[in-house]
Amino acid sequence: MREITYTEAAREALAEQMAIDPSIFVVGEGIGERGGNFNTTLGLYEKYGPMRLRDTPIVERGFVGLCAGAAMTGARPVVDFMIVDFILDSMGELLNQISKVQYMSSGRIKMPMVLRGCIGIGGAAATHHSGSYYSIFAHIPGFRVALPSTPYDAKGLMKTALTGDDPVMFLEHRLLLNRRGPVPEAEYSLPFGEAAILRAGADATVVALAVMAPKVLAVCDELAKEGLDIEVIDPRTVAPLDVPTILESVHKTGRLLIADETFGPCGIGAEISAQVMENGFDDLDAPIARLNGAHTPTPYSPTLEQAVIPDDAAIARAIQDLVAE
Amino acid sequence: MTSDGTSLSSEQLLALYRMMALIRRTEEQLARAHQMGLVPGPCHTYVGEEAIAAGVCATLREDDVVFSTHRGHGHALAKGVSPRAVAAELFGKATGCSGGRGGSMHLFAPEIGLMGTSGIVGPSILQGAGAGYSFKLLGADQVSVAFFGDGAVSNGAFHEGLNLAAIWDLPVIFVCEDNMYATEVPFRQATRVQDVATRASVSYDMAALCVDGNDVLAVHQAAEAAVARARAGEGPTLIECKTYRTRPHAEGMRDGGYRSAEELEAWKRRDPIASLAAWLVKNQHASDADLEALDAEVKATVDDAIEFARSSPFPDPETVADFIFSEGG
Repeated sequence: MREITYTEAAREALAEQMAIDPSIFVVGEGIGERGGNFNTTLGLYEKYGPMRLRDTPIVERGFVGLCAGAAMTGARPVVDFMIVDFILDSMGELLNQISKVQYMSSGRIKMPMVLRGCIGIGGAAATHHSGSYYSIFAHIPGFRVALPSTPYDAKGLMKTALTGDDPVMFLEHRLLLNRRGPVPEAEYSLPFGEAAILRAGADATVVALAVMAPKVLAVCDELAKEGLDIEVIDPRTVAPLDVPTILESVHKTGRLLIADETFGPCGIGAEISAQVMENGFDDLDAPIARLNGAHTPTPYSPTLEQAVIPDDAAIARAIQDLVAE
Repeated sequence: MTSDGTSLSSEQLLALYRMMALIRRTEEQLARAHQMGLVPGPCHTYVGEEAIAAGVCATLREDDVVFSTHRGHGHALAKGVSPRAVAAELFGKATGCSGGRGGSMHLFAPEIGLMGTSGIVGPSILQGAGAGYSFKLLGADQVSVAFFGDGAVSNGAFHEGLNLAAIWDLPVIFVCEDNMYATEVPFRQATRVQDVATRASVSYDMAALCVDGNDVLAVHQAAEAAVARARAGEGPTLIECKTYRTRPHAEGMRDGGYRSAEELEAWKRRDPIASLAAWLVKNQHASDADLEALDAEVKATVDDAIEFARSSPFPDPETVADFIFSEGG
């Protein structure tokens, strides 16, 4: 199978859908002629022009709120926010309007809107360019939250985002954007709420999100040499969250670690842990463990930045400790 | 009334009168119901401002859209939502225009272009601009109207929304209802530039004008021109309407400490409905008896609406989680 990058895969999904759905338009800074800071729209402006590839002033609240009105009246906006920290200026539009209009209107107004862009720590981007915030969005009723970790998932989940009628936060970890992977040329899409079992194993389950998925996978391949047989699950979407797949795995292994680069307190790992406690307590042979990034703003200096994210050694240790419990 | 050269027929003029009377009567009865505990939540009335909703919405087609505010009963009724559906929504009933999920501040009737009233100041401006973008993108000839008060015009949404609508020539009519107070904060204390039309024209190079918001003919004339411009692809217009609300910010709230009794009385003497009634009679569009008959018909309609709201069922608690998503759970 051909291999393309994560960004190319997501862009291919966007290009394919734009070709068949004239109601799709993209807004953002530098997504027109320039093709996007992260090449998210490269080559599309030449095909579709400024009405569908709309460069904006730096007014995140303004264009997110505008896209809400467009989504409510027959268009399908894609907000290319570049870096997730930037759309915090539009939180009122997101939490008060975009997530709630379908409910308030008794389902008579749809909100088909994709908000996509970069999350995560890396490249000394410092604290205003390193956020993730997916636990916040998953906390709010009315959002779909996708966290693809492979090119295959990026294309398949983007297809679903662009064909559904709900608002989707499509969050792309910065360290995954240039990773290559197999992506079929034939048409496909991936449903939300369906986790991927990246590696089958019997000794423990690790739920790994976003960039942690490939990191944990690599560590588990190493641990296999020590005889540890670890199952790795990537939920792929955190809203909806595929709890049944996690419970089935824990039923088999009896042990669970949640590996997440973002904050522990009130985070998605706490939610997964609570769900497993409530629905799979009798399957547990050890306390559920969490491995998170430090609960701090993200520092700039590489030595400090490395100190806030779980590295391979920390991942290995967490798994070894869990199995030894 | 600045009615020079109005091209409206007697029938159209009486329709404006009827709509204003309907809004007034509906809200007076809703306020009464609120006092009786039949409206469980907030109720912000539009009493004194009816000429704006009536005048603007009379220039719209059913498939044009309106984005409204927390003071939105008048916009809903003028856009064509039935008094029954508005009253039932405020009573929290399943038959309300939002099925009991919204209340006074979240009235929805997208089938006829009421895209929502809102409990947050500002988003109507952005969403109104967004609908304009949608219509332009899809090649539709619909227009979009965003209502908002003077309380919104120092908010970022106003500046961001007007700028985007201007640079992209969107078919939007921005209607500022300047009733002089943002909740209870005087507009004169909130800005050095109280002339909202100037903000639009100078800052954003947008067509803009200021009219007497208590003069329905002036509002109608301005809106008609703005709608025609928008529909012709000539871009957005801002209409600043100077008006006044004569009831408190919200029902049940203390209404003192921020405006004088003299000011309130002076504005009550400029009541938009009484002014229109006098003008209609003076210019022989209607007799006193005609207007009394209209008032009686409006009273019967509103009595029916209140009774409908009172006797309608509450929503089934089993449905509480319906409609969060369009698909699945």
